[in-house]
Amino acid sequence: MGRAVLKEVETGATVVALPGAKPGVVPLPAPARKPLSSRLLPWLRAILVNVLPPLVTVALIALFWQIAASGPQSSLPPPTKIWEEAKDLIVEPFYWAGSQDIGLGWRILVSLQRVAIGFSLAAIVGVLLGALVGQSVWAMRGLDPVFQVLRTVPPLAWLPLSLAAFRDSQPSAIFVIFITAIWPVIINTAVGIRNIPQDYRNVAQVLRLNQVEFFFKIMVPSAAPYIFTGLRIGVGLSWLAIVAAEMLTGGVGIGFFIWDAWNSSRLSDIIVALVYIGVVGFLLDRLVAFVGAIVTRGTLVN
Amino acid sequence: MSYLKIDHVDKTFQRGATSTPVLKDISLEIEKGEYVSVIGHSGCGKSTLLNIIAGLTPITSGAVLLEGREVRDPGPERAVVFQNHSLLPWLTVYDNVALAVNKVFGGRKSKAERHDWIMHNLDLVQMGHAKDKRPAEISGGMKQRVGIARGLAMEPKILLLDEPFGALDALTRAHLQDSIMQIHATLGNTMIMITHDVDEAVLLSDRIVMMTNGPSARIGEVLDVRLARPRKRLDLVSDRTYIAAREAVLKFLYERHRFVEAA
Repeated sequence: MGRAVLKEVETGATVVALPGAKPGVVPLPAPARKPLSSRLLPWLRAILVNVLPPLVTVALIALFWQIAASGPQSSLPPPTKIWEEAKDLIVEPFYWAGSQDIGLGWRILVSLQRVAIGFSLAAIVGVLLGALVGQSVWAMRGLDPVFQVLRTVPPLAWLPLSLAAFRDSQPSAIFVIFITAIWPVIINTAVGIRNIPQDYRNVAQVLRLNQVEFFFKIMVPSAAPYIFTGLRIGVGLSWLAIVAAEMLTGGVGIGFFIWDAWNSSRLSDIIVALVYIGVVGFLLDRLVAFVGAIVTRGTLVN
Repeated sequence: MSYLKIDHVDKTFQRGATSTPVLKDISLEIEKGEYVSVIGHSGCGKSTLLNIIAGLTPITSGAVLLEGREVRDPGPERAVVFQNHSLLPWLTVYDNVALAVNKVFGGRKSKAERHDWIMHNLDLVQMGHAKDKRPAEISGGMKQRVGIARGLAMEPKILLLDEPFGALDALTRAHLQDSIMQIHATLGNTMIMITHDVDEAVLLSDRIVMMTNGPSARIGEVLDVRLARPRKRLDLVSDRTYIAAREAVLKFLYERHRFVEAA
């Protein structure tokens, strides 16, 4: 689904940006330069075609926002005011001036660390549980209904319980990440394992692969595309959950920063933090997709 | 005593309350080094018979004995070349064969010996040049060659071929049939091949096992193909023994056991 939508956007972008790119083609007729230009031009064109449309969109949004928020009664700051008030946050993500007066980059890193621990645990446990549910009919009958109920519990609803259990905010936040990210990993892994072709199982049987060999040599590579779909959904959900969890647990993370800024009415800081969160979430998603694309190379086509 | 003995094997598939008898009282003895084809209309249970010999499908009653010992589970001494090649798409050609070789000879051969053995088998099917390609990057005929190499590399007592050339075009198929004949001549393997191609059966086999239509399929007839080896495709076209054998199989399939549903 996501891929199809992305493609559409790209195709649309090609149509929009071509007229803009064309003038660049004309003034390079010198025959001596032809090899170089013919090598560089596709690159330039690709950059223009892909970068220009989003830049134009952002500029338009900023312009509209500026107009809409410039009135005297406006409750939200316009982009120019944000730039004035929160310039230090934008320009210097990694400054350090005391325990709570630090750049947003540091806060993001703290949040990312929590996500990394919680998500890694979720990935390991999720793949193992998913393999169990996918492989054994009885495990599926026993566990699947429980999973289906538990996965609908909103992430933050787990927080009070985990605070009570761990009596500390750090492990509680990590647990919330874990419990949020694990369900899509389990469910997708189980589907992937149920979809392992009988042929691969026959090959494994003829070779007399044992359980461990079967898991690593057949199961994981064969279900990898499904597993990575689950991981990608999971990492997105954990990033959603960490911000909310940190708002409640406090500490140094980006979530608490937003809550803190709200309490001291620094709206500009909040907006800058939102942009940070969005960009990092996007990068996380792309990172998992990228790793998945490398790992599952050749698995889908047969 | 025969090398492989299929002794009064019955197979009934049970699904809920309904049971479907597929194979009825199959008995067959195969000698070492023999090339036996099993032919029959689709749905007659010939693939089930192969899976039973491979140990992939459990027997309802009766037994399969290899060198006097009963076989119940799958194992590398009865390697299977699957109909749709069944190569693992995330492994290269080399690694697909290596998976089998490392598992079967892991304890017995050194790393260098195993490498040589993998390459030897790939060269045997003329696929050494493509060792670093993935299955998606090679043609259907090449994939099946690699599948055969993987089977041979297990050094099986019996090589089981499940319609190995069924999905290939006629020219590629002829090519691979020649390769298989050559391998059989060189290595002297015992091979059992499932096929629905009469010419293929006559060309390759020492004996052709003809199955009646299911349900409860039986062995209808066993035909000895008394053609000298090496056999040459072109010479056989006008060979009287060849024509007679071909006619016998065709008559069995289309006169006496016509596939009713096929019309």
